[in-house]
Amino acid sequence: MSSNLFEYLLILGDNSMILAHRLSELCGHGPSLETDIALTNTSLDLYGQVRNYFQYAAEIAPEQPGASEDSIAFLRRERQYRNCILLEQPNVDFAHVIVRQFLFDAFQNLQLEALLQSSDSQIAAIAEKSLKESRYHLRFSSEWLKRLGDGTETSHQKTQTALDYLYPFVHEFFDETEIEEIAAKEGYGAKLADLKPGFESILKEGIESATLKIPDSKPRFAQGKLGIHTEQMGYILAELQFMQRAYPNLQW
Amino acid sequence: MVAADFNIPDPAVETALSAVKDPEVPVLSIFDLGVVREVEVRDKHVAIKLTPTYSGCPAMDTIAMDIRTELAAIGYTCQIEMVLSPAWSTDWISEEGCRKLEEYGIASPLSAEMDKRVLLDGERLLPCPQCKSTNTKMISQFGSTACKALFRCEDCLETFDYFKCLK
Ligand SMILES: [Zn+2]
Repeated sequence: MSSNLFEYLLILGDNSMILAHRLSELCGHGPSLETDIALTNTSLDLYGQVRNYFQYAAEIAPEQPGASEDSIAFLRRERQYRNCILLEQPNVDFAHVIVRQFLFDAFQNLQLEALLQSSDSQIAAIAEKSLKESRYHLRFSSEWLKRLGDGTETSHQKTQTALDYLYPFVHEFFDETEIEEIAAKEGYGAKLADLKPGFESILKEGIESATLKIPDSKPRFAQGKLGIHTEQMGYILAELQFMQRAYPNLQW
Repeated sequence: MVAADFNIPDPAVETALSAVKDPEVPVLSIFDLGVVREVEVRDKHVAIKLTPTYSGCPAMDTIAMDIRTELAAIGYTCQIEMVLSPAWSTDWISEEGCRKLEEYGIASPLSAEMDKRVLLDGERLLPCPQCKSTNTKMISQFGSTACKALFRCEDCLETFDYFKCLK
C-alpha cells in the first residue's frame, strides 16, 4: 500500500518538477524583465511543491533506506519518472510557454482542490499550501493567454499554433493509470474523471476569451505516467542530473 | 502572534529567536513574519514548529539554520519541524511587522479585495511607503521575490516593492 502511495507522490511531484525545470531554462531569457521574473518565480513555487512531495515520499519509501528528496529528484532513471509528457515539451517561444502553463495550471488547480479532501493528511496539507500558489499561476497564464490570443495578428497566430500543437497532450492528465485508480479508491488520491468537466470549462472560457479555437484534434498517444517519455526527456535529465551524477552527494 | 504570546520561560531564548530575521526582509524577525507556530522549551532543548511562507521560499532553509546558530550560542539544542497546514497567510504578519515593512520601504499587504483591485484592475490606491501618496502604478506583478510586486510612485517617483496579499 505504501508503495502505491510512493508512486502516486512521484506522479504529483514529477509533473511539477519537469515543468519547473522547463521554466528555469527561461531564467535570464524571458521576453521581458517582468515575464522573466514571473516565470522563474513560478518555477520556484513548483520546485517548492516538489520538495514537499519528495520529502514525504522519502519518509515512506518502501525498501529504500537512505532515500532523500535529492535522491528521488536526481537519481532515478528516465523510465522511473512519471510526469505527463506535455510538461517536458520544449519552450519553443513565449506562446508555447504560456499555453503549456495555462493547460497545466487549469488541471493542477482542480487536482489540488480535490486533494484538499485527501484521506492522507500530509497530501492534504501540501495541496492546501500549493493551491494558493497554483491559483496565482493560473491567473498569470490566463491573462497572458488572453493578451496574446487577442493581441496582434502575429501573436494570435503564434498562440493558436502553440495550442494546436500542445492541446492533444492534455488527454494524458485524465488517462487513469492503475496507480491513480488505487489512490482514488483508497481515498488519498483524486478521481481524475471527476476533474474533467471543470477542466473543460476553464479551458473553454480561457481559450474563447482569448479569441482562440479549441483544436478538434485527436488525443496524442502518451504514457509519461508509466515512464515512457518523448525524446525531450533525455536532454532534460542530462542537465537536471549532471551535478549529482558527476559529484555524488554534492551539497550547496 | 508576537514573541510574548509564546510564554517562553527563558528570556534568553526569546531574545535569541527574535534575533533571527527574514534574510530577504532583514528588518522582520520570524515572530513579525508570523512563521513561528509553537515553541516548547525543555531543559536546554527547544522544539519549534515553523510554517513556510511560500513552498519554494529559499529563506526558510536560511531561517532554520540561523535558529540553530542563535540557540547554540546560548547553549541550547533545537529541533525544527515544518508544518504546512494551516497554510501561512499574510494576515499572520504582525502589526509591528507591517509597520517595520513600511519603514523599510516595502508597502505592506492590503486586504484581499483591495489587493485584487490594485494587481488586476490597475487601480491606484496603494499608499507609497515613502510619501504616502496613493498615486502609484504597478510595474510588474512579480517583484524581486515571489511574495512581492513592483510599483512606482508617480508623485515622489520612487519605485518600491509591495508585499502581496496571500490568503
Ligand atoms: Zn511616493
